[in-house]
Amino acid sequence: MVLNYHIEGGDFANAGTASSQIKKTLKQLSVPPVIIKRVVVALYEAEVNIVAHAYKGEIVVSIDPERIQMILDDEGPGIADISLAMQKGYSTASEEVRQMGFGAGMGLPNISENADSLNIQSKVGKGTKLEIIVKLS
Amino acid sequence: MKGEAFQHALKIEHDVCIGCSRCIRVCPTEALRVRQGKAQLYPDWCIDCGECYRACPTRAIVVESDDFNKIFSYKHRVLLIPCLFTGQFPQTISEDDIYHALYQIGFTQIVEVETSVDFLAESIDQYIENNPKPTISSFCPAIVRLIQVNYPSLIDNLMHLKAPVDITAEYCKKQLLQKGVDENDIGIFYITPCAAKIAAVRAPVGEYGTVITSVLNMDDLYNKTYHQIKQNKASDIQCKHTSELSDKSIRWTLTNGEAGNIKGRCLAIDGMDNVIEFLDKLEDEDTCNFDFLEIRACDESCPGGILALGNRFLAVEHMKHMAEKAPAVSQLPSEFSFTYDMIKAGNIEERSMVKYDKDIGKAIEKMERAKKLRRQLPNIDCGACGAPSCEALSDDVVRGESKISYCIFIQKQQEQSGDLSNEQSFEIMEEIWGKHKFRRK
Ligand code: SF4
Ligand code: SF4
Repeated sequence: MVLNYHIEGGDFANAGTASSQIKKTLKQLSVPPVIIKRVVVALYEAEVNIVAHAYKGEIVVSIDPERIQMILDDEGPGIADISLAMQKGYSTASEEVRQMGFGAGMGLPNISENADSLNIQSKVGKGTKLEIIVKLS
Repeated sequence: MKGEAFQHALKIEHDVCIGCSRCIRVCPTEALRVRQGKAQLYPDWCIDCGECYRACPTRAIVVESDDFNKIFSYKHRVLLIPCLFTGQFPQTISEDDIYHALYQIGFTQIVEVETSVDFLAESIDQYIENNPKPTISSFCPAIVRLIQVNYPSLIDNLMHLKAPVDITAEYCKKQLLQKGVDENDIGIFYITPCAAKIAAVRAPVGEYGTVITSVLNMDDLYNKTYHQIKQNKASDIQCKHTSELSDKSIRWTLTNGEAGNIKGRCLAIDGMDNVIEFLDKLEDEDTCNFDFLEIRACDESCPGGILALGNRFLAVEHMKHMAEKAPAVSQLPSEFSFTYDMIKAGNIEERSMVKYDKDIGKAIEKMERAKKLRRQLPNIDCGACGAPSCEALSDDVVRGESKISYCIFIQKQQEQSGDLSNEQSFEIMEEIWGKHKFRRK
């Protein structure tokens, strides 16, 4: 099953819509709550990253009996140093974004902690593509 | 789907049900359908909230109660009385009048449910320090069940402490046993404001056995008591209270009764719609910094319970008035003492509703089929198919419990294309709504 979402940069009011929808779907599929939690935390972080840093992005979630694959493809500034961004507490979020309670630098490390695999491709000035996989079995 | 009885406290009287479909629209878990012109239930999905009872215009949904005379099978007849019961009476009737009448109708001992509240409140303060945040109160059984069925990821947040009624009941029984009373002679009765509390007594969640013998419906007992009070003369009343409850004990069942008396950041939510909106949010975001959440199914909490017959706002006002005169700490007879092992409850299991299938592969396949079906449906949630929404019909169809041709729009299309005859379409509607609905009057 494949589900698609479009995300607008800066739209904090709707940040979390995709992860909330996915949560609902996984609940209806009777996926164990521990797995749902990991998917939702990882996807929420990634979604907020797009809202906070990028201009826009697309999310494609595919669910099959073995795994949940989430691909988040954004148009934005990209990440210059991925290994630095993977460190806890590192953030390039603006003061404005931080004041809204986002961008505490927990994004990528938190995603990686909750995922079974995380794949990041980024081009500075172009955008970032994340592939997050959470296994179901 | 079994038609007859809820495995719960609520029962649909099919003789009285007119198949109006009001109940199927209000059920928060979409547990009801109309078939053969009668409301039918998926018992596994029901959380005993009583919303259907409120919506029923003919009183076809009833709360099954135990026979009152059952109390006389016991020599010691202990009545656990919630403050809410007193709060139902007009303020001109005193507590002494009420207690006197209750002794007259047969009880040998009356204990206020909320005697255990001071101890419980202290224990909750300790509990929340050592458990996942936020702690969600387990006071309202409809909420415990809603979380089991619909919010499994919040189960670990549910407080593993019993409700005041269970603690007080256990205390009373212990007392009597210590006094040498034979266990078989002890009957402990509780006056309930709702179906959820009955379900909680019949099938407690949280690995403990209840010591409550049976539950009496608040509305029935109110009538019995009031009748007795009317026959009494003022000079007859010699009943005196032995205890005096604290302000927080009296307020406990009101909205903010728990949240207003627990240390830390607390929040109270009441009313099913508000609760669902809030729990959806809570499940999405890990950002909530609350220590304690009081969540109640009924608007205005227990005064809004389906068996609390008085106007809920007046009952709340009455109880607040009682609380204002109360001391800060309950003045209980010296023999009252509670221990932590009396209030501890065990694990709460999830009870997820299987919407599609237990097997995830099959569930995905069925969900996709349901989505496809939904595209054919008009999505106006008219309810003519006997299901609460187009989504519910499509889910029923893929589970093999309904047919797509139950939708009147699909019927029209099938009639036009010749796939369905006029008679067949008529028969379908009779299957859902019963033959009687099509008789010309
Ligand atoms: S009690 Fe609540 S959950 Fe059960 S059928 Fe009625 S409305 Fe639905
Ligand atoms: S709020 Fe009170 S009356 Fe209503 S269902 Fe919950 S426990 Fe029962």
